[in-house]
Amino acid sequence: MECVWCNKKIYPNVTWSTFLYPEKLAPLCHSCQGELRWIERADCIDCGRQYKDGAKKESNRCQDCNRRRETSQQFLTKNRSVFQYNEQLQPMITKWKYRGDYCLIEAFRAPVQEGFKTYFSDLNADTIAVPIPLSPQRLQERAFNQAEAIAQLLPLPTCELLKRVHGEKQSKRSRKERLEASNPFQLFKSTNKPVLLIDDIYTTGTTLQQAAEILIQSGCPEVSSYTLAR
Amino acid sequence: MLFSFRKKKDDFSYLPSSDKSLSDLAQDRFDIPSLSHTLSGKLFLREELPLKSHQLETLQQEQFIQTIPSITTNPNHCRRCGNTQTSLFGEIPCARCNSTHIYCRNCIEMGRVLQCEELYYWTGPKPTYSIPNEICAWEGKLTGAQQLAADRICQTIDQAKEELLCWAVCGAGKTEMLFPAITKAIIAGKRICLATPRADVVRELFPRFQQAFPHITITALYGGAEKRDAPSQLTLATTHQLIRFADAFDVMIIDEIDAFPYHADPLLPYVTKRAATKQAAFIYLTATPRKELKLRSDNGKLPTVFVPIRYHGQPLPEPQFIISLNLKNTLENYGLPKTFWNWYHNRTQANRQLLIFVPTVDHSNQLSQTLQKQLPGQNIAAVHADDSEREEKIQQFRNKQLFILFSTTILERGVTFPSVDVVVLDAGHDVFDQAALVQIAGRAGRSADDPTGDVIFIHDGKTNAMIDAKRMISQMNQKARKL
Ligand SMILES: [Zn+2]
Ligand SMILES: [Zn+2]
Ligand SMILES: [Zn+2]
Ligand SMILES: [Zn+2]
Repeated sequence: MECVWCNKKIYPNVTWSTFLYPEKLAPLCHSCQGELRWIERADCIDCGRQYKDGAKKESNRCQDCNRRRETSQQFLTKNRSVFQYNEQLQPMITKWKYRGDYCLIEAFRAPVQEGFKTYFSDLNADTIAVPIPLSPQRLQERAFNQAEAIAQLLPLPTCELLKRVHGEKQSKRSRKERLEASNPFQLFKSTNKPVLLIDDIYTTGTTLQQAAEILIQSGCPEVSSYTLAR
Repeated sequence: MLFSFRKKKDDFSYLPSSDKSLSDLAQDRFDIPSLSHTLSGKLFLREELPLKSHQLETLQQEQFIQTIPSITTNPNHCRRCGNTQTSLFGEIPCARCNSTHIYCRNCIEMGRVLQCEELYYWTGPKPTYSIPNEICAWEGKLTGAQQLAADRICQTIDQAKEELLCWAVCGAGKTEMLFPAITKAIIAGKRICLATPRADVVRELFPRFQQAFPHITITALYGGAEKRDAPSQLTLATTHQLIRFADAFDVMIIDEIDAFPYHADPLLPYVTKRAATKQAAFIYLTATPRKELKLRSDNGKLPTVFVPIRYHGQPLPEPQFIISLNLKNTLENYGLPKTFWNWYHNRTQANRQLLIFVPTVDHSNQLSQTLQKQLPGQNIAAVHADDSEREEKIQQFRNKQLFILFSTTILERGVTFPSVDVVVLDAGHDVFDQAALVQIAGRAGRSADDPTGDVIFIHDGKTNAMIDAKRMISQMNQKARKL
């Protein structure tokens, strides 16, 4: 089998136990796997951010989250993310989502499932997964929604409750503009079950907060979020 | 590998054609000559076509554009890049067609090909070009050997389906030898492609060709500069870019046909052949043909012209073998062998810069540090393929800000420095095959001002690659003496 990222051959370890019970081969080779960095600590209990080593922690919430709480803009119970968005992961996500190399989801499958068990073991049994939607036009272009692909890895029912109404070229706007931009989501269907929002990358958290706000306002009891990277 | 363009029957019958002439309707609504320039000879994804849907519809009704399935199955075959390797097809639950199907992972960097899409192909009139009065502005003069080769290349492009191997030593001045034939092909209204394995060669050649052909539009295609430009009459491209082309070029010149990745990827010969018209002439340029090509040449099955002498008229420096019995041990401890120092202290031109080739990145980094300690007064650096400062270091070496440069095989080709001695440490290592060693030796003596240079192969046991490399070089020098 070949590494789904670098395409080099992956050779299984043959020991007596793997000979009798062949181990399932990892989708990534050893060296590609080794470059991915998990988020190991949630230094902010709200957004799950991990400070760079050595940074001082005065509060168990980060400044952004404290500010959101003060202004009643904190709609998410918590966010957790699997990987640090580093130099190995960034081109993988880019190729996956923009080039449309769907198969790369295999590289994320086990970590996403593992992380889910770790961070969301206390999740309410009724919880449904809601992927952040793409605009119809962008969905046509990409032929798949990366958030939906992640959601489908989880042992939760997936529901589409939201619609994206206008463009999502967030990266070109400044941070301030992004925070002030009006809500790009519309409710498609309301729910009275708790929701776990799913997206690929947590950047400022604004997108997820906006989605959470709409769900909460329409009667959803609780919204958390889970992303592949931040 | 498959250099045998004529031998292997590749089937390109999936390319549609049409002889329908232009209706009045279409003539009024479209600028057909301009469209044919933009669209002819390429396979397009829908999103790459610069056409609104009603325009496309009309052109399809007129059969000026036809479609073919992008991927056929049993076995899987990507019609764009030719990929048939199962592991290079992925499955996608596709939101466009609401079904799960395959897509090609091999050519995904050039825009994803989904199985539910079609490829669009221009079957309208072929483009025509207005030919300027003055074509080639190059005023230099070819040497006798270059002229001989230039004449043969000219003869070859005149004849349909001809092939020619141009076996020209490193430093022969092959670019200039192409100018007469390219001029001739331009006058004949032909489309010419010069394909080369590496993007930096395209970048380097582009300004030289623009200078030589100032009134001709030249297109340069390489990854990173992903312009959706139409090919003009003269296209410079990496071989990889030919994935987009079909039945486009009347003259196909393949530079460094023996170099990576061309010789290692069977799809590149496939797309190269498809990119050429059925009547096209093929010119292969190389200093070090690999086995298959060489065999066909030796058997007289591939017309061949030799350029055995450098443009400055001096013979190629022949490698000296120096045996160093404890070599592996010395290198493992990141030391330089005594034999190296013996040579170093006695070399004839102590002011020449030094290029040292080593088998691995690790050797390159460690040995450069060792040597730096031993020669504290000299500026020494190391480069390798993934080195982000590669370009800067090469430039510094060129500016003589560096005296010694360690390198893995990445500097074996393309880069030229005017006045260097060349050392290969552990020349018997597997990474140094015959072609690599000939190319490495070819780095020395490149300028007319200093046309010689030492080429030292330090080894602990001669390999066939070393012997063959030395033989290839001295045979060329023999041929040169007979000129
Ligand atoms: Zn890998
Ligand atoms: Zn926070
Ligand atoms: Zn393909
Ligand atoms: Zn589809």
